[in-house]
Amino acid sequence: MRAQTKEKLIQRLRSYRNQPLSALLCILVILSAVLTFSVLIALIVYILFKGIPHISPELFAWEYTTENVSMMPAIINTLIITALSLLFALPIGIFSSIYLVEYAKRGSKLVSVVRITTETLSGIPSIVYGLFGYLFFNIFLNWSYTILGGALTLAIMILPLIMRTTEEALMSVPDLYREGSFGLGAGKLRTVFRIVLPSAMPGILAGVILAVGRIVGETAALLYPAGTAATVADGLMSSGRTLAVHMYALLNEGLYMDQAYATAVVLLILVIGINALSGLIAKKVGVKE
Amino acid sequence: MRESVMKVVFMVAACMSIIAVALICIFLFANGIPAIAEIGVFDFLLGDKWKPNSGIFGIFPMIIGSIYVTAGAIIIGVPLGILCAVFMAKFCPEPLYKVMKPAVSLLAGIPSIVYGFFGLVVIVPIMQDLFGGNGKGVLTASILLGIMILPTIIGVSESAIRAVPNSYYEGSLALGATHERSVFFAMLPAAKQGILASVILGVGRAIGETMAVIMVAGNQAVMPNSIFSGVRTLTANIVMEMGYAADLHREALLATGVVLFIFILIINLLFSVLKRRKS
Repeated sequence: MRAQTKEKLIQRLRSYRNQPLSALLCILVILSAVLTFSVLIALIVYILFKGIPHISPELFAWEYTTENVSMMPAIINTLIITALSLLFALPIGIFSSIYLVEYAKRGSKLVSVVRITTETLSGIPSIVYGLFGYLFFNIFLNWSYTILGGALTLAIMILPLIMRTTEEALMSVPDLYREGSFGLGAGKLRTVFRIVLPSAMPGILAGVILAVGRIVGETAALLYPAGTAATVADGLMSSGRTLAVHMYALLNEGLYMDQAYATAVVLLILVIGINALSGLIAKKVGVKE
Repeated sequence: MRESVMKVVFMVAACMSIIAVALICIFLFANGIPAIAEIGVFDFLLGDKWKPNSGIFGIFPMIIGSIYVTAGAIIIGVPLGILCAVFMAKFCPEPLYKVMKPAVSLLAGIPSIVYGFFGLVVIVPIMQDLFGGNGKGVLTASILLGIMILPTIIGVSESAIRAVPNSYYEGSLALGATHERSVFFAMLPAAKQGILASVILGVGRAIGETMAVIMVAGNQAVMPNSIFSGVRTLTANIVMEMGYAADLHREALLATGVVLFIFILIINLLFSVLKRRKS
């Protein structure tokens, strides 16, 4: 078997001799894949290599001071803003996907409008979300910089992501389940909540984790609605910076390069962990089918 | 009773995204358009001087800057991304695919501030060594953005290539073409609409990117005269000055956001037209 594939490979390599174009294309394709992969590796290795020596226990102190720019308050703020955004975006996202998949009639006007608007939402850059959050919460509602405003802005931003993944998860539930449930006399609502949603849960969860990844990495959308206060927000209506905003602020001040390296390491590890978790859940779904 | 109440609840939830888009449009346009009117449409869009202190607000250098770095990102990211997508769809052995696929989605998940930082501490010094100057400029920003749009291009192009019926490939092989010729001259043309869609999405990402660009572009609000000169994009213009701007200056920045938003809406429209034609 092994000898056979080797033979095949040699044959293929030999055939390139009178096919210079094919050989060139093959080389280009492999080179570009190698290049893409090595960019990722270079980025991760460089940041970990340069950053890990700068990680110290003091950087995780509870208090932020100008002598010790601790990232702990920023980590706590990140958790608060993530939880808040999900609190708003999850019910709306899941409910609207339920409407689109389970209730809406085929070719309904509303559905096509919703599709166009979610597509638009997913294309809007984060800085535009940031400006909108500032105009709506800080100017129109006259709030100051608040983590609530930041979380609501992010909730709008992750809504299309949650809707798309939920819709896919709902659609992958076989119609047999629904028919079985109807056949046993369950109503539509009961079928949706007891049968369809539980079987779609892993897919929804994978989407939620992706959304968490976007929230954790977001900077531009939070800068204006949530502000850059470096302490733990004491209440929904006070300002607080997330880890990514913290890193931006450190770079902007230009005095704390080492701490920025350390923050980059923490951010990178968080994102890698989140991605791995999402992939793991998605894989589990695949196995089950 | 409960059934119909919940149906209404679901419907209201579905309308939230419509409301969100409407609110975003209303608030941006209502705050930006008066400023454009006050400055004058032509002075604002085509004025080549941005001097907030003397009340001169021309964003033409920023529009050009955004177009330059986006074009640069496309030149770098698109060929690389498409070739990589071809590799993932048609060249990659199964075990390797299990590594490549998560790698690409990780590339998409890395926060833009981390990309910006990487650009600042790695790409900028390399550019300084190679070409002199301070290393920040159109080319550096293009390279960084080219990397950042890779996952978008790869993901969408790969599924477009996979959607081409295998009979195209097999037919071409049967006619005596090599594996590479079959892929590039039979399958890629058939997947061109999906690939074009990936490019449009990539343009959208590149033009809207803020935090990474601001770190490596130099941010001078003047016309760039070479690929090494510093440049300020529309997004950077907002972030650079929003913190301290007041009155007309602040409104001019909001209007910059409106111009960016219109660019994005046009790109979205192109994308959905393309998608509709496909189906």
